Amino acid sequence: MQRRQFLQLSAGAAALPFAGISGRLFAAPANSPRFLLVFLRGGYDCANMLVPYASEFYYASRPNIAIAKPDPTGSTGALALDSDWALAPALRDSIGPMFRDKQVAFVPFAGTDDLSRSHFETQDNIERGRPTAGKQDFSTGFMARLSATLTGKAPAIAFTDALPLTFHGAADIPNISLRAVGKPAFDERQSALLTSMYAGHHLQGAVSDGLQLRQHVAKEFEQEMNEANRGAINARGFAIEAQRIGRLMREQYRLGFVDIGGWDTHVNEGGAQGTLANNLDNLGRGLSALAQELGGEWKNTVVVVVSEFGRTFRENGNRGTDHGHGSVYWVLGGGIDGGRVVGEQVKVQASTLLQNRDFPVLNNYRSLLAGIYTRMWGLSAAQLDAVFPSAQGTDLRLI
Amino acid sequence: MHRMQTDHHASRISTRNRLLCSACALVVAVASSPSLAAASEGALSRADALWLERVTYGLDSATVQRFRALGRRRFLDEQLAARNDKLPEAIQAQIDALEIEHTPVAKLVVDEIAEQKRINGLGNDEMKKDARKARNELGRQFAYQATRRELLRAIYSPDQLKEQMVWFWLNHFSVFAQKGYVKFLAGDYVDRAIRPHALGHFSDLVLATLKHPAMLQYLDNAQNAANRINENYARELMELHTLGVDAGYSQKDVQELAHILTGVGIDTHHESPRVGPRRENLVLREGLFEFNPNRHDFDDHVLLGQTIHGGGFDEVERAVDVLVKQPQCARFVSRRLATFFVSDDPPASLVDAMERTFERSDGDISAVLRTLFDSKEFEASLGKKFKDPMHYVVSSVRLAYDGKPMTNLRPVANWLNSQSEALFGHLTPDGYALTENAWASSGQMSRRFEIARAIGSGNAGLFTNEDGIKTEPTPAFPRLSTRLYFDGVEPYLSKTTLATLDQATSPQEWNAFLLASPEFNYR
Repeated sequence: MQRRQFLQLSAGAAALPFAGISGRLFAAPANSPRFLLVFLRGGYDCANMLVPYASEFYYASRPNIAIAKPDPTGSTGALALDSDWALAPALRDSIGPMFRDKQVAFVPFAGTDDLSRSHFETQDNIERGRPTAGKQDFSTGFMARLSATLTGKAPAIAFTDALPLTFHGAADIPNISLRAVGKPAFDERQSALLTSMYAGHHLQGAVSDGLQLRQHVAKEFEQEMNEANRGAINARGFAIEAQRIGRLMREQYRLGFVDIGGWDTHVNEGGAQGTLANNLDNLGRGLSALAQELGGEWKNTVVVVVSEFGRTFRENGNRGTDHGHGSVYWVLGGGIDGGRVVGEQVKVQASTLLQNRDFPVLNNYRSLLAGIYTRMWGLSAAQLDAVFPSAQGTDLRLI
Repeated sequence: MHRMQTDHHASRISTRNRLLCSACALVVAVASSPSLAAASEGALSRADALWLERVTYGLDSATVQRFRALGRRRFLDEQLAARNDKLPEAIQAQIDALEIEHTPVAKLVVDEIAEQKRINGLGNDEMKKDARKARNELGRQFAYQATRRELLRAIYSPDQLKEQMVWFWLNHFSVFAQKGYVKFLAGDYVDRAIRPHALGHFSDLVLATLKHPAMLQYLDNAQNAANRINENYARELMELHTLGVDAGYSQKDVQELAHILTGVGIDTHHESPRVGPRRENLVLREGLFEFNPNRHDFDDHVLLGQTIHGGGFDEVERAVDVLVKQPQCARFVSRRLATFFVSDDPPASLVDAMERTFERSDGDISAVLRTLFDSKEFEASLGKKFKDPMHYVVSSVRLAYDGKPMTNLRPVANWLNSQSEALFGHLTPDGYALTENAWASSGQMSRRFEIARAIGSGNAGLFTNEDGIKTEPTPAFPRLSTRLYFDGVEPYLSKTTLATLDQATSPQEWNAFLLASPEFNYR
């Protein structure tokens, strides 16, 4: 959709009697950067994504699932990123070139100080974005607070079936999954009547946004499918979804969230190939498709990939890994100074493991994101404190 | 008043019933306490209609009739006793015809394992791929049959409270059909581990789920052995099933419990493990469940400060006993039940009372529920609990088709799927959320209205056979403006909703609006 048409659509929407509170759906400020948070739910095994290939301890700890050292010719298998770390073979073709172009950085030993090793508690902890110690406030998530801080600059959306915790507590943030898109069920008169039933109800915003967004997305992608230069979309899995996300983020939204499940590899995780490799391949292709779809706006976009925790450094008895602690986060963007593995690091060996079990966290996600947000939007100390209370921003100089 | 154009009869009923309704409200008021004396005619009071909406999966005529015959107290007694699960004949016949009713589950699993082994041995990748696809399809069919059976029971069983509890526990002890061979076990899991104990004792539920191969496979305890510890199930047993995440146990407790649970697994070989004479009598086998002493760690372990001496499966029973007797367990389970039946943030006074009943009754679920339903907090919450997709979809079809036997449940299963609340469909073991904020986002509301439209239009194909072939003539659309509506639903609709319904231009649209209304989206 061209910007001109988009504005026409906004005008049309504003003319509807029920558009009142939902102007934000279609507000598209020109020069604000974009931020997309990708949450890998289940705790992905970062040690088989960013492979510590210089560590003999890694190979001793994973007799069945370790990823082989980079081949000296460098043409296949794991891709050496520096003298310590190599990229999983499954990401070689999708993320490898982006790393070479400095559009990707990895932050090992990243995560939260929540040590429950519970998926749900740790995911919630991260999505809330508050200090782990001290009084907990469960009512808001950090993306919601970021959205509130950036009022008017950064229309937000979750590309999920349900609204994630991280967006709870803001004025209504719309959500829509883009895994599949179809025709809207209701015309404008019906939508207006449905919305009128909720006048004054606390779900009024959700009802109104939902009905409008459905219409809007259907129009957007109906056109896309018919555009000759695009042809048949042959991407599969996350790639097609990420392409649509790229489209909406390019045109309208500045803050986004999407999650991908299936990373809880207790059993038969695989190495260079297998369950985890397939998931990584899917993710890598998706992120690559997202960058392509954003086109010229990719340079104004930052994507951060997080997960609730890493996994046990040693493989378990079932050729899998159990819940661990430190993870590896990804930072991507067309304008970042990537091509590096950044942040605090320690040598990967038995003595540096936390509780002789998993990676420690040396780069807290709150500091990391606070540093990135400061660079992106020049947030004041007070604004930053609203998003991540009592966090010290760490500037990794990526942006 | 557009609906009069298409349904003059209904609109006449409407006027008459509004008159009837105000008359009977007076009668009830005179009787001083709501429905202690059962009314037999006219509309239910708003309070009774909402009470019945909450105690059941939503109103149908049979439920309203039974409620009228018994009144609140005896209706609740009957629901808590749950001895009346006789389904309509046509529904029972549908269930009887399902393959899962006739196939021993052990055979399904043994076949699956043998098939997977054979497939792995195939030389050709293409052949492997095709063979796996065929097996997956078969697995999907079995998982769907389990879903279909559960949906039919939820929609048609007179034991409506029990049906809600079956869903609640299935969600509490959640398993994911698409992991390994769980798809072949899903139906058996509900029937043998959940249903018999849905209103029984909590500890029985814990043990029944612990021993069921679906859980053992899903949370990997089948792989947990003395020399190869897998702590996945041990952790979730404490965090999600019994104590809750903030209950004060440590990583060490999780590890100790994992050691106690070693050897609790699945027997797919149909033969007893070879065990030395000293431990021969410790072998346990029930169906696919097996306790194998060869895989068990017989050391003593300390769980939550209590020493559990090595001894075999009785260690597991003692560990479960330790868990369910923790005050945190009574509190955790009470709070979950109150969240499901009363409020997203249930009043502490109610949870306290339920907790006391739980402890006093040794975890008797129906006793705890009686405390809940008898409370003033419950009464005060009527009409304010948002329906999760399961409640929404089941209550919608109960109202729309009012006991008429549906022959094709795929659309119903698909609606749940599209709202991300498919039975046996939650990937992670925490189950689906019990609170409004998980289900009422903008994307979910618009999708829910699409379901309202599909049901209201009558084009959803619920009365074709499962292959999509029409078996009998069906009405073009469900008439929701029936006596059931006037008696049981209209009493709690707002003026705004009634005004919107009056602007509907067709009966189908009227139906969709009713099912999309705020009042119908709460229970």
